[in-house]
Amino acid sequence: MAEGRRLKGRDPLGLRRALADRLLPALVAAMALLAAFALAGADGAGRLAERWQQGEAGQLLLQLPRDAAPEPVLAQLSALPGVVSVAAVPDERLRQLLAPWLGEVPSLPLPQMLAITLRTEADQVALLEAVQGIPGAQLELRSEAVRLAMRLAEGLGTLSLAMLALIGLVGAALVAVATRAGIAARGETIQILHELGARDADIASRFAARLAWLCTLGALAGLAIAIPALWFLAMQALPVVLARDAVASDLPWPLLALLPPAGALIGWGTAWITLRLWLRRLP
Amino acid sequence: MVQMSGVGLRYPEGEGAALSGIDLALAPGSFSWLLGPSGAGKSSLLRLMSLSLRATEGEVVVLDTRIAQLKRSGFPALRRRIGVVFQDYRLLPHLSVYENAALPLRIQGLTEARLAADIREILRWVGLLERADSPPAALSGGEQQRLAIARAVVSRPALLVADEPTGNLDATQARRVIALLREMHRMGTTVIIATHSEALPEEYPAPTLRLAAGRLVSHG
Ligand SMILES: Nc1ncnc2c1ncn2[C@@H]1O[C@H](COP(=O)(O)OP(=O)(O)OP(=O)(O)O)[C@@H](O)[C@H]1O
Ligand SMILES: [Mg+2]
Repeated sequence: MAEGRRLKGRDPLGLRRALADRLLPALVAAMALLAAFALAGADGAGRLAERWQQGEAGQLLLQLPRDAAPEPVLAQLSALPGVVSVAAVPDERLRQLLAPWLGEVPSLPLPQMLAITLRTEADQVALLEAVQGIPGAQLELRSEAVRLAMRLAEGLGTLSLAMLALIGLVGAALVAVATRAGIAARGETIQILHELGARDADIASRFAARLAWLCTLGALAGLAIAIPALWFLAMQALPVVLARDAVASDLPWPLLALLPPAGALIGWGTAWITLRLWLRRLP
Repeated sequence: MVQMSGVGLRYPEGEGAALSGIDLALAPGSFSWLLGPSGAGKSSLLRLMSLSLRATEGEVVVLDTRIAQLKRSGFPALRRRIGVVFQDYRLLPHLSVYENAALPLRIQGLTEARLAADIREILRWVGLLERADSPPAALSGGEQQRLAIARAVVSRPALLVADEPTGNLDATQARRVIALLREMHRMGTTVIIATHSEALPEEYPAPTLRLAAGRLVSHG
């Protein structure tokens, strides 16, 4: 008996019934599913871009003035950590590459080019520092194609951020509507508590806690659907795009793990604000 | 304890003033009757004292606090020092009898361990201890009224405002309730009771305020 009393005492507004755990969590689950897809899209685009960039990072070109002696530079750069190889690009190869733009002009003075292969993109820092110390040297970091791909990935990232913001807004609107329904069902009770001396913050935080909980439930349910779906997509897409099988780390786990707390935050904040605005009308 | 000068009240949806030109003072520790025919404004006057309405005119001072000057954040603490028996009880339908009585103490943040004894004592006094786990809807009108009274006194308020607290009770129960309210008064609470029964004030003589058509016609 005492246990039952205490449990009921924690819900003086009767919110467990006024804000039932059916419709809102279902709607939040749908929003969480969309959010998970947007996150996975952004993450996938980011990883792909990173991969292109890394592939290109293996193919850096360093331009030296015509009259510079390449040997010391070759020796210096080869010794850098992360540099796999440094080789002078032969004149004939260079002329071959430039022919489409310059035509056959054997007399044209060409700069000297060194092709540098790096192990990973991270190794660029040491290289950049070294290059700064070489007079007249210019490093061609990224090709135009990679720059385009980067811009595409950035665009995709922005798009999914906008989608996430939209999903957040719609979610907040859902919570506001649910909170108003709860207020409509419990308006009299809220007024009584108010008149007995309950603080606005106490009343608001009870609603906020309930809605945060419902949104967390919804987000978890959404994830429960999103994760198998994303895994299925990864299994289909990765063999085609990256020529390998999907592994667990291909899913953006940390981002997905943020969805329930983000849902809770939206639920809490929206309910809190809705309640505080409504309570201001009471004397 | 309570002072009003030139107080008037207009309801937003009401035509005309529900109260006008009210001047009164309730001394600390006093016990008063508030009499008047139905519609005279008794409930309205008590709602001004219990801070569930704000006067539209004049000055109201409750528990040494000028209400007009009080910041919004100051109201809850002041309301907790006032016990109210609402004419329409205003019980919470989804809470048990026990939890309804416990509400003022829960709002004060007391733990179950600290409030349980007080709740049982007050429920025993109003004869509802056996019904502690029932919902209010399962109580008779008189039992609901006694629960409303229990809730109003359980926090030992400095000011007790009771609106027709015996309207639904038989003579024996009514006497019991008045005895409880007089006991509160004896322990230092300022008590004001609205009723349209002339019999009770005759049985328990005390200073009497009379309202007619929103005006105070006698005081003392
Ligand atoms: N919420 C309201 N809105 C508009 N007018 C109201 C409201 N409450 C009360 N009134 C009006 O104010 C006047 C005083 O009402 P009040 O309830 O204070 O009377 P009362 O003396 O308590 O009556 P009773 O003995 O029947 O309880 C009445 O004319 C009533 O119609
Ligand atoms: Mg009345």
